[in-house]
Amino acid sequence: MRLLPAGDHALLVELASLDEVLGYYTALAEDPPEGVVDIVPAARTVLVTTTGELDGLARRLGAIEPLAGSRGTGDLIEIPVVYDGEDLQDVAELLGCSQREVIERHTAEEWTVAFCGFSPGFGYLTGAGDWDVPRRKSPRTKVPAGAVALAGEFSGVYPRESPGGWQLLGRTEVKIFDQDRRLAALLHPGRRVRFTDTGRR
Amino acid sequence: MTLTVLETGPLATIQDRGRTGQAALGVPRSGACDQRSYELANRLVGNRPGAAAVEVTFGGLVLLAGADVVVAVTGAPCPGVPLNAPATLRAGQVLRLGPPRSGLRTYIAVRGGVDVPPVLGSRSTDLLSGLGPAPLQPGDTLAVGDAHDPMPGVDLAPVPDPPAGEVVISVTPGPRRDWFTDAAWTSFTTQRYGVSSNSNRVGVRLEGTPLERARDGELASEGMTLGAIQIPPSGLPVVFLADHPVTGGYPVIAYVAAGSLPYCAQLRPGQSARFTC
Repeated sequence: MRLLPAGDHALLVELASLDEVLGYYTALAEDPPEGVVDIVPAARTVLVTTTGELDGLARRLGAIEPLAGSRGTGDLIEIPVVYDGEDLQDVAELLGCSQREVIERHTAEEWTVAFCGFSPGFGYLTGAGDWDVPRRKSPRTKVPAGAVALAGEFSGVYPRESPGGWQLLGRTEVKIFDQDRRLAALLHPGRRVRFTDTGRR
Repeated sequence: MTLTVLETGPLATIQDRGRTGQAALGVPRSGACDQRSYELANRLVGNRPGAAAVEVTFGGLVLLAGADVVVAVTGAPCPGVPLNAPATLRAGQVLRLGPPRSGLRTYIAVRGGVDVPPVLGSRSTDLLSGLGPAPLQPGDTLAVGDAHDPMPGVDLAPVPDPPAGEVVISVTPGPRRDWFTDAAWTSFTTQRYGVSSNSNRVGVRLEGTPLERARDGELASEGMTLGAIQIPPSGLPVVFLADHPVTGGYPVIAYVAAGSLPYCAQLRPGQSARFTC
């Protein structure tokens, strides 16, 4: 673990792996030091912003042990998907299997929300499987809300219409982000996700 | 009690202290770019901290009072209005902001605060994420909330105007300082940058001599906070302001010191800036 400077009010904790990030975030979010206002997990780092002073925060952050096995402890959400995405065939070719097998792999996986970013409520979901799907060579200027997609080691669902370069597998009608809901973001770090196939195309 | 928007100028939005505590869900902080001027405007009309005010970019806003209201105008000094002082706007009177003499962003607080429904705990317009009220349009009416606290009994706050010439911005080394050569760091802290017209509430884009990286490769996206100075592949710095995304994929060479953030918010296109560590 390395603590890196990030201005007058924040420190960046650099960790060895995504699993360590999940474990560190879980441990930190359970008992955040006084004055901490925001905790932002990402692929290899956790950014911690405080209203307090940095020396004390650094001591507290340095003493936190990532919880082992944090993946798979959050509550489970089911997201029904219509697997008719425009990139389904491309993904099948990239993974060397059939479209049917892509759907089976995607629905068999238990995904965990590792972190959010890109836009409000956009969760980066990681699975146990060996996913490694490149982004599209040219990003779309418009990806519709509810699009279910893959990129790199992650799967995700677009919370609202936006540009995007992820490979589209299908779509869901579940509202991923609803600013009028008490918990606006459905996919917050630590939650588990299972995609189900509605059978409709 | 309402204010009616007659003209907006280039951009006018509702802003408060922003949405803190939700960055882990991908919700940016947003809020007033120049928090110092925004807070002062609220204090001058006796508002509670966090009341919503109007942020005006490069003047041009015209407001019509529907009833007697007390307002205060702070930040970039626009001709035609009383600055850094509470003033009563009578029913039927018009507040008209000319183009600022220096700086970029002007704040108008009204006693009682602008009363729009909060979204995720804030009344701020976030242009990047599309949260909060839309930017103001001519014809909009703004409801004014109830006053809670007494007036502060201050006639004038003697604060300097945002500087017009070269602005010196204090920075501290960022988490990815080591992604750049020492020569790049020297260049970063000595050269005179120009503020690009491509700047907005997300960030101030700078023009100058590109910085050289010490290492290649991609950085995994990581959390960034206000004042992060990202260096994209162009080698030219971008200073993150209020509507910046919560994560970014370019290395952060430095952070703006908290005391210098209001100056960054007031930089206008064509102005020059230097960083000092």
